[in-house]
Amino acid sequence: MCGIVGLFCKSPRIEPRLGEYLSAMLVQLDERGPDSAGVAVYRNPAPDGWSKLTLYSSDPGMEWDRLWGELAEAFGGVEAVDRRARHAVVLVEGDAQEIEAWVRGRDAELRVISAGSVIEIYKEVGRPRVFAATFELGDFQGTHALGHTRMATESRVTTQGSHPFSTGHDLCLVHNGSLSNHNRLRASLRRQGMEFQTENDTEVAAAYLTWRLREGASLEQALEGCLDDLDGFYTFLVGTADGFAVLRDPIACKPAVIAETDDWVAMASEYRAIAVLPGAPEARIWEPEPGVVYTWEKALV
Amino acid sequence: MAVEATTGVELVDLEETSLRELNRRLHELAADDPQPRRWRVVNSNGAHAVACGLNAPVEVEVAGHVGYYCAGMNQRATVRISGNAGTGVAENMMSGIVVVDGNASQSAGSSGRGGLLVVHGDAGARCGISMKGVDIVVRGSIGHLSAFMAQRGSLVVCGDAGEALGDSIYETHVYVRGEVAGLGADCVEKELRAHHRAELRSLLDQAGFDDVDPGGFRRYGSARTLYSFRIDNAGAY
Repeated sequence: MCGIVGLFCKSPRIEPRLGEYLSAMLVQLDERGPDSAGVAVYRNPAPDGWSKLTLYSSDPGMEWDRLWGELAEAFGGVEAVDRRARHAVVLVEGDAQEIEAWVRGRDAELRVISAGSVIEIYKEVGRPRVFAATFELGDFQGTHALGHTRMATESRVTTQGSHPFSTGHDLCLVHNGSLSNHNRLRASLRRQGMEFQTENDTEVAAAYLTWRLREGASLEQALEGCLDDLDGFYTFLVGTADGFAVLRDPIACKPAVIAETDDWVAMASEYRAIAVLPGAPEARIWEPEPGVVYTWEKALV
Repeated sequence: MAVEATTGVELVDLEETSLRELNRRLHELAADDPQPRRWRVVNSNGAHAVACGLNAPVEVEVAGHVGYYCAGMNQRATVRISGNAGTGVAENMMSGIVVVDGNASQSAGSSGRGGLLVVHGDAGARCGISMKGVDIVVRGSIGHLSAFMAQRGSLVVCGDAGEALGDSIYETHVYVRGEVAGLGADCVEKELRAHHRAELRSLLDQAGFDDVDPGGFRRYGSARTLYSFRIDNAGAY
């Protein structure tokens, strides 16, 4: 199973309540994915020349302030902006790729969950309704956000195996379905230099997108490549700095509903997650066609 | 819950009454003389399994969108959904009428044995999959793999049909007015004869689509090469 939700604010009036709405949507799909939950929120862009990272430490005694000091020594400007459970969001003066490499080299207990200038990712094992409360999702303001509730089929229930998966700077992926050719594809992506932290099938899809984008493909081209190169079932929701994209496999077993009003665009596995939004009964509602890439961007709507 | 005195309609608000309670009350209705006979359900908000398993000649109007399997296994009841329906609306229905005013998601009317399903909008993929006697009339278009292994009954589509229509079909009659993206294995276009035209007219009338001219439809059905035993293949068994 698994559940997917996404909310994109067309009107700035919605932005202050992004987290509240996203949280309500996520909780609706609690029983579709009771194993773990996660969200990606796009908000508060980093200043020019700075990067934003979401870090996760498996060490409950993690001394974040010490880390900020070390980062300041290595890069200059550092500003810790948020802490939720074992996640911390930090702004660092410098190139995201270099900072990521530095963090990975410093500490095996420390993970970079997201990197870029606007994205923040939070994910953890346990019931989505508990996750929503623990991470105080209702606080978030921002332009768009997506979320996932996981019922694990392909690999272990861990924080690392939870969605969203980062697929590059300011990009992330959530997935409902299962891929059949992930072992072979993982091996071939490793040969292209991609690194993997889990045995999870979605991580392979995320790495595939990262690789295609790195090789110069547009997001649409990278997603269309999935139709040829991925074998299995999927409804994908991809978060970008400016919006999000949706793709269903050509068989389209996994559900997806899109709804749009003058104020927002929402995507979810089921309508009941959209029903919590203001104006939902009057929204234009449809199911995305199989094998077709749909995108929404701030500049386009 | 309360009976509206002037109209005799039992009103059920799913924000106040649990879905289980609604379905329990509908299941307890007398099969020959159900009271109340007319029901109206509000605030469905995409809930699953609304008005499932009915077996009495009642009229249930669901004012809103519903989730999965609404009016599944229906017998004798008339269920009208004023919004969209999720996966498997009227799945395995036996008799009665189910009407969706909006769009239906995948597997609408799947494996139904009797009765009539009417969709005023579009139906998604796998519409009428494995249907066994139900009649399905769709005002809009249907998605891919519809009428897969369909055995009996009729599927009428006023719009277009997606890929692999009628794959491995048995004896269901399929009528499509618009474009067919592709026919599945063993599904072929067939001559639309006078008695087919009469059947089509009757189904359109039953659905209330009296503005639709049966003249513009094409008929599809089984080439009967997949399920008929052929002596040439005897060695394969």
